[in-house]
Amino acid sequence: MTTQQVLEKETLKGAASNYISRIKSGDIGSLPAVLGLISLVAVFGAMSEYFLTNRNFANLLTQAAPVMVIAMGLVFVLLLGEIDLSAGYASGVCGAVLVLLVTNHGWSWYTALPASIAVGALLGTLIGTLVSRLGIPSFVVTLAAFLAFQGVLLLLAGEGGTIPIADKTILSVENSNLSPTQGWILWAVTSALYVATGLNRINSRRKAGLVVELSQLWAMKTGALLIITGGAVYELNQERGLSAANSTKGVPIVAPMILVILVAGTFLLSRTSFGRHIYAVGGNAEAARRAGINVKRVRTIAFVLCSSLAAVAGMLFASRMNSISPSTGGSSTLLYAVGAAVIGGVSLFGGKGRMRDAILGGLVVAVIDNGMGLLGYGAGIQFLVTGAVLLVSAGVDAVSRRGALSN
Amino acid sequence: MSTPLLSLRGINKSFGPVHVLKDVDFDVYPGQVTALVGDNGAGKSTLIKCIAGIYTPESGDVLFEGAKVDIDGPRTATALGIEIVYQDLALCDNLDIVHNMFLGREEKKGITLNETSMESLARKTLDGLNVRTVKSIRQTVSSLSGGQRQTVAIARAVLWNSKVVVLDEPTAALGVAQTEQVLNLVRRLADKGLAVVLISHNLNDIFEVADNIAALYLGKMAAQVKKNDVTKNEVIELITTGKSEGVAK
Repeated sequence: MTTQQVLEKETLKGAASNYISRIKSGDIGSLPAVLGLISLVAVFGAMSEYFLTNRNFANLLTQAAPVMVIAMGLVFVLLLGEIDLSAGYASGVCGAVLVLLVTNHGWSWYTALPASIAVGALLGTLIGTLVSRLGIPSFVVTLAAFLAFQGVLLLLAGEGGTIPIADKTILSVENSNLSPTQGWILWAVTSALYVATGLNRINSRRKAGLVVELSQLWAMKTGALLIITGGAVYELNQERGLSAANSTKGVPIVAPMILVILVAGTFLLSRTSFGRHIYAVGGNAEAARRAGINVKRVRTIAFVLCSSLAAVAGMLFASRMNSISPSTGGSSTLLYAVGAAVIGGVSLFGGKGRMRDAILGGLVVAVIDNGMGLLGYGAGIQFLVTGAVLLVSAGVDAVSRRGALSN
Repeated sequence: MSTPLLSLRGINKSFGPVHVLKDVDFDVYPGQVTALVGDNGAGKSTLIKCIAGIYTPESGDVLFEGAKVDIDGPRTATALGIEIVYQDLALCDNLDIVHNMFLGREEKKGITLNETSMESLARKTLDGLNVRTVKSIRQTVSSLSGGQRQTVAIARAVLWNSKVVVLDEPTAALGVAQTEQVLNLVRRLADKGLAVVLISHNLNDIFEVADNIAALYLGKMAAQVKKNDVTKNEVIELITTGKSEGVAK
């Protein structure tokens, strides 16, 4: 019997024991984040009546959105084993560019937004070039950029000033919702595409005579995902307005936007050769170089993607706050974003992590922030707890890596 | 002996004042394992890097399939069908076997990677080499043993219809059983018609799989002989003193 036949005869039990041995060998993936999220939701749900309401759920999503987007950008950089400390203020600078163009120069959102993303790409090119061509450690380059961007933001906003934005489209991203019908259409279309891609992959592998993932297992995973997302859409479609006159229901507009970035980023990382090269450089840069991969170009592009996504987050900040201030993207933003990626399962040592980790970790960070706020704890305790969670996940990352090395 | 697939004639290479290779002749035959031996600093690595296109010799000719070629870079060597498996293997631990075998040369369908085609080809290559020790080719390289890693690196080298495969100390870090596996694999490569160059310090390994033995001594080719014409002691003499009574230069 060949190896292939043995694997095809695998049962659910076999798949489970495979998974357990993978976890034992240090490949824990998003398991800690999922467990953490479930227990946090349970604890806060038990302690606060308001936490599990759908109004708070919608609020949590919009709260978490900018940090999630920055974290998704950081995934590219972290996969290389580098870091971008300037992503927070890059979002502030790009947000300020957007708001200035719209408010002071009368640009429409559809010209100003690409312009602000282009500014982000430019900042990323600068950082990426310094890191990859001059070989300055990314920690130092982006620390310098962190300070410099903070200065640029101050100059753009004017000392202590805030720049308001009144553009309806941009404000609607963080403040308006899809109609319940639109929400269900979005869910149905996304689910159908997801199932179709999965079936297509299974079919083409079967046709080529390759080992196929156990179809029961795939069906279970997909089913669970559809039920969870469907449940979320259902909850968000319930009325959550404070009064009858002020009806609010539906999926926040920011949710499909994050979904688009997530799908695009996942596609780039797992389906294209560029994505493969990012993992290769993060895993073993010398091997990647010898395999003919242009390591410098890969590094530069990763920083460009990171800063460009930070620009998108800048738009979300502007939309959420109705303005940009000198502190936009500052204080804990960057640390929360790095924390989100690491908590979700992206390794700080490079080479390991996925786009969806940023979403998962972003939810954990947002739940801590939101839940502790509801319980009346001050910012001091919140920072302490978030810091501790970040430290624990970085510790888990380091220990699991050591486990994998000693294997 | 048949005509050599790759033939080096009068190769000279120096680094500044240090004359590393002195008029070296070296022949590699298809379907045979040619062992390259020599003490540390004898010039083995430099010779290999000249074949790989990393160094350009100052003088001397390189003949490939009888025609004079100019290997001016690693890409030229690869295009000719020369693949080197370095001692550190250059594998990415975080990627799976298929990813590693196609690293930098991924097959694409439009802009997306063609995973099914890559996996089929990788599977076929491993089966062709009679590799049965790897359970799933979708497991990451970090979960493989030293011998399995070596196997992956070798499989990667032969994936591209290569004609010459150079193995730099493939058994140096391996245990007894795994060394045996890798040596069997080396033998199978030659039996499939490839020209294999095996660099090794281990004479037992060499006498087990090699057809020819080429000994470098202080940058000179002391002798290139058939394995059956020499004894281990004579090879040791060649390595340590550059000459041996039983072996005619």
